[in-house]
Amino acid sequence: MAASTARAIRDDVAAGRVSAVEVCRDAIARIEASNPALNSFLLVDADGALERARKVDARRAAGEAPGPLAGVPIAIKDNLCVRGMKTTAASKILASYVPPYDATVIERLEVAGAVIVGKTNCDEFAMGSSNENSAFGPVRNPWALSRTPGGSSGGSAAAVASAQVPLALGSDTGGSIRQPASFCGVVGLKPTYGRVSRYGLLAFASSLDQIGPIARTVEDAALTLAAMAGPDRADATSSHESLPDVAAALTGDVKGLRVGVPRSFVSDGVDEDVRAAFDAALVVMQQAGAQLVDVELPHAPFGVPAYYLVCTAEASSNLARYDGVKYGYRSPAAADGLQAMYTRSRSEGFGAEVKRRIMLGTYVLSAGYYDAFYLKAQQVRTLLRRDYEQAFQRADVIAMPTSPIPPFGLGEKADDPLQMYLADIFTVSANLAGLPAISVPGGFVTREGAKLPVGLQLTGRPFDEATVLRAGDAYQRATAWPTVAPGQLQ
Amino acid sequence: MSALTIADVERIAALAHLDLTADEKTRFARQLADILDYAQQLQAVNTTGVPATAHVHAAAGAERDDDLRPSLTPAQAVANAPDAAVDAGLFRVPRVIGG
Repeated sequence: MAASTARAIRDDVAAGRVSAVEVCRDAIARIEASNPALNSFLLVDADGALERARKVDARRAAGEAPGPLAGVPIAIKDNLCVRGMKTTAASKILASYVPPYDATVIERLEVAGAVIVGKTNCDEFAMGSSNENSAFGPVRNPWALSRTPGGSSGGSAAAVASAQVPLALGSDTGGSIRQPASFCGVVGLKPTYGRVSRYGLLAFASSLDQIGPIARTVEDAALTLAAMAGPDRADATSSHESLPDVAAALTGDVKGLRVGVPRSFVSDGVDEDVRAAFDAALVVMQQAGAQLVDVELPHAPFGVPAYYLVCTAEASSNLARYDGVKYGYRSPAAADGLQAMYTRSRSEGFGAEVKRRIMLGTYVLSAGYYDAFYLKAQQVRTLLRRDYEQAFQRADVIAMPTSPIPPFGLGEKADDPLQMYLADIFTVSANLAGLPAISVPGGFVTREGAKLPVGLQLTGRPFDEATVLRAGDAYQRATAWPTVAPGQLQ
Repeated sequence: MSALTIADVERIAALAHLDLTADEKTRFARQLADILDYAQQLQAVNTTGVPATAHVHAAAGAERDDDLRPSLTPAQAVANAPDAAVDAGLFRVPRVIGG
């Protein structure tokens, strides 16, 4: 049942063909069967999930509307607070943190009838593109266990691609929903900045972070977005912009839709097979009635350096709160005063990538370097936003590969952070410009005899998730690439 | 080429309240220099007169009424502390004054 879509489960639960409890038991059995191999879940709350499923069944039995996600098991990335459920951000520094409150998205998903089953592995504090930065071990890609599922929401993407659950939440600061969705052959949506409340998301880079769904169909992603979107008094950056009926927008019709292709930007440094899959995807869109138009994003090549200066600066500030006082790890060797306690707790609690980013961010914000690095990056961010504004005068969505490379081997890039960062080239600009973007399954490449998924990314105008979803859905209907990895329980 | 000395790394680490091992200092000096070198390409972009984007959307409607709402109890607020006087609702830290 967990191999069904969220939509099918919702319909079955609402009609009484299956109970939320049965669906929940099935999901828990699947997780228990495959988690030793995948390491996608850090915590499975079987008892709590069954209790929540019983409440959904009780609501239906009482004649209440069971909700648009009634009985749908959902996995939550472990940087999102769920009251009473250990939330670690895959960091040793938060290894025993139990939030006293729910993130706003959690409250809203529960109102919609979704059943939270547990917390998924990720890169520590969502910092990484391979899930290798987790303090609790890497996640393995269900399509090829020797390879990374991508990151930072690698556990969420692997959980959906292995049919442990039909739906998961991720967070996306520079591609952390879309890139693992691409690597695992599933759908990942980063909404417009401000579309979804960030309250209860452990902050990494506050001007870039957004929460979004990972699913096997664009329709499921749309249903989940609709359940979560909207203003929230607990997040002053959440937007009052109203969300149209995104599920109804999935007409399958893209006749006349203008798909912009930044040809010069996507020609350099892209794996040949990824490039071929991308070109084939464009042909599919054209055959479905879309019109391909050339667009230019002249500043997009500067996206990676601008992103890594902005996000690390914000991270160095956001992570100052982890000091061994209010929550989290405190060094036992902390008897020589308060300063030593702060420093030792942080040094023992944070992993290598988090330290590296705090160091870089501290450097670019420090006296003498602020103008040359941080301010410059923010000015380039303005130029990049203007590039997109120009491009959206000619196009309704912009198509790019999600990642320039297919899923790579675990350990392959672990010692070279710059090489890892460069692979974020196609995802970071949507965050810098605050735009909605989706990765949909875009075909496969073959490496060492294994079929590996690649993603097609579609980016839209601010708050125009409807068009992004409509285009992604039309492509998915036309292609129907498999979204559950072989060898997993179908 | 921007070179980062061990002394530079130690100065940044002190600002960030991090205590690095000798191995971490050597590795970060090299890796941070690589990343900063790469970021130097931004200097080639003409940004004269271009405003900075700190935030993509102007924060419209960010004001709200200052009304009372339920919040955490003191016991809930200190429940995750590594060392707390739970009954008093206080966080306990190493001595800062006197000694």
